[in-house]
Amino acid sequence: MNDISVEELKQKAIELRKTALTMIHEAKSGHPGGSLSAADVVAALYFREMNIDSANPKWEDRDRFVLSKGHVCPIQYAALALRGYVPYETIYTLRKYGSPFQGHPDMKKCPGVDISTGSLGQGLSCAVGMALAGKRDSKDYRVFAIVGDGECQEGQIWEAAQSAIKYQLDNLVVFVDDNGLQIDGTTEEVMPNQDLEKKFHAFGFETKRINGHSMEEIVETLDYIRNSKNGKPKCVVLNTVKGKGVSFMENVVGWHGIAPNQAEYLQAIEEIAGGLK
Amino acid sequence: MSVVEKDSLPKKATREAFGDEIVKLGKKNKNIYVVDIDIGKSCKTTEFAKQLPNQHVNVGIAEQNGAGLAAGLATTGKIPFVSTYAVFGSLRMAEQIRQEICYPNLNVKIACSHGGLTPANDGGSHQSIEDMGVLRTIPNMTVIMGADYYSTRKLVEQAAEIYGPVYLRFTRDAVPIIYDENEEFTIGKAKKIKDGKDIAIVANGDTVYLAIEAAKQLEKDGISVKLLDMHTIKPLDREAVVECLNIGKIITVEDHNILNGLGSAVCEVIAEEGRGIVRRIGVQDQFGQSAPYEMLLELNGITIENIVKTAKEMLK
Repeated sequence: MNDISVEELKQKAIELRKTALTMIHEAKSGHPGGSLSAADVVAALYFREMNIDSANPKWEDRDRFVLSKGHVCPIQYAALALRGYVPYETIYTLRKYGSPFQGHPDMKKCPGVDISTGSLGQGLSCAVGMALAGKRDSKDYRVFAIVGDGECQEGQIWEAAQSAIKYQLDNLVVFVDDNGLQIDGTTEEVMPNQDLEKKFHAFGFETKRINGHSMEEIVETLDYIRNSKNGKPKCVVLNTVKGKGVSFMENVVGWHGIAPNQAEYLQAIEEIAGGLK
Repeated sequence: MSVVEKDSLPKKATREAFGDEIVKLGKKNKNIYVVDIDIGKSCKTTEFAKQLPNQHVNVGIAEQNGAGLAAGLATTGKIPFVSTYAVFGSLRMAEQIRQEICYPNLNVKIACSHGGLTPANDGGSHQSIEDMGVLRTIPNMTVIMGADYYSTRKLVEQAAEIYGPVYLRFTRDAVPIIYDENEEFTIGKAKKIKDGKDIAIVANGDTVYLAIEAAKQLEKDGISVKLLDMHTIKPLDREAVVECLNIGKIITVEDHNILNGLGSAVCEVIAEEGRGIVRRIGVQDQFGQSAPYEMLLELNGITIENIVKTAKEMLK
């Protein structure tokens, strides 16, 4: 864990949002909505919570990060660029030929990516495998996974959840980015999830639902989880807003997978930068 | 090489070979894991689970999670063998194998029993006639089926030693032991069982035995047969196939759909080389049904008689 204040983390979240949007704007494609909804927890993980070393991305005792909702990789790439895994200028290569920043995370091409993801519903199983290996090898590392609420419609999520319980993986933390929207509409319209916190709780996770845009709540929750070694995997459902921080993107289904044009980009950056006022 | 010459060969299912070999390997290398999908008894992994519980995982009836979990294990340096039936291990997990194992080129082995038509009385739902074809089209994947107990043990051992995804397919039923226990096998290198000059037969899995018997009959009639055990269909031993082109006439034999399996793989080389002809003996692009294994083979012409007949027709 790094000693960094909540105010500084909020600033990091702003930088992540700006960087991710710059990337997507430059690439003229990508997924802004879900990148922005996950930005605050990604900031807290990369700049405070995770025990990682950018000079040694494959350090075997490192904490692992699994972006199961792989399409929002710009927010992870922003963190990797700002943490020094790659030169900052790499952000201008998103989705371009030869880039470590592939359209979805590719562990073979990008330092700091612990597992390739992109096909929804699969990442949590990988996270379980990593956490299980850590337990079996008596290692202290932890595994942090971010899944989308829409992604929880995939059955494999629940297969993974039950195996995390069976093997008592209290070194696994699952964040559900519960922003309520998916490509075809609201999750309520497309396929209601019911209460995801209750679902994970029923499976046997230790669960909590918090405001996913409150850095105070995120940090407080991470502090609690760090000391909770009770044999139960953790699930934190984050109440989030898709497109958070940009007025015209917030809660708009259409901003799932399109890039802002020049005017929209400039307005977005201005709004995000003004976020701390 | 020496093929055991006996009138009545001892038989053993190649899934037994996996079960026996994996215990040996697991004891030698603590990184070797078995991921079971509830059918350890059928897949012969119960001994591994008993003797090496710390290297064993059972995910229950959840193939997709089993594949993903194995990928996660592999990122930490483990060498997981995911063990289930061929039809589920290939198709039910196909996308997980593609996305989380082959795309990142992780060191995961998919070790599957009940390959081909061998789950005979279970019916068409449980028979696996597409698996090797589907998996050979995924980059980074190696695809293997040993012909008997001893070759399968050697191939499992080698699969553990090479880095990367490997699909291994075993038989449910006992198949004749045709190789000496000390015979060596190399992944990607065809085993030449015998040389000949009139016709080449390329077989894999338990059909190698049928090909050996067919070759014996043909030789009695004065036809010289070259016989290859193509245990690895990917990477295919192209050189060995090209060598068969010196003969020009090739028969492939497999317990797999004739589409996209061994026969197709051999045809690809033949077409690219632009010479030679091939007849494919295998499952005739049709589903099986509940019936004795031998009957299912017969319904598809996967028999000694049909190999002999096909060879003679080609030589007319």
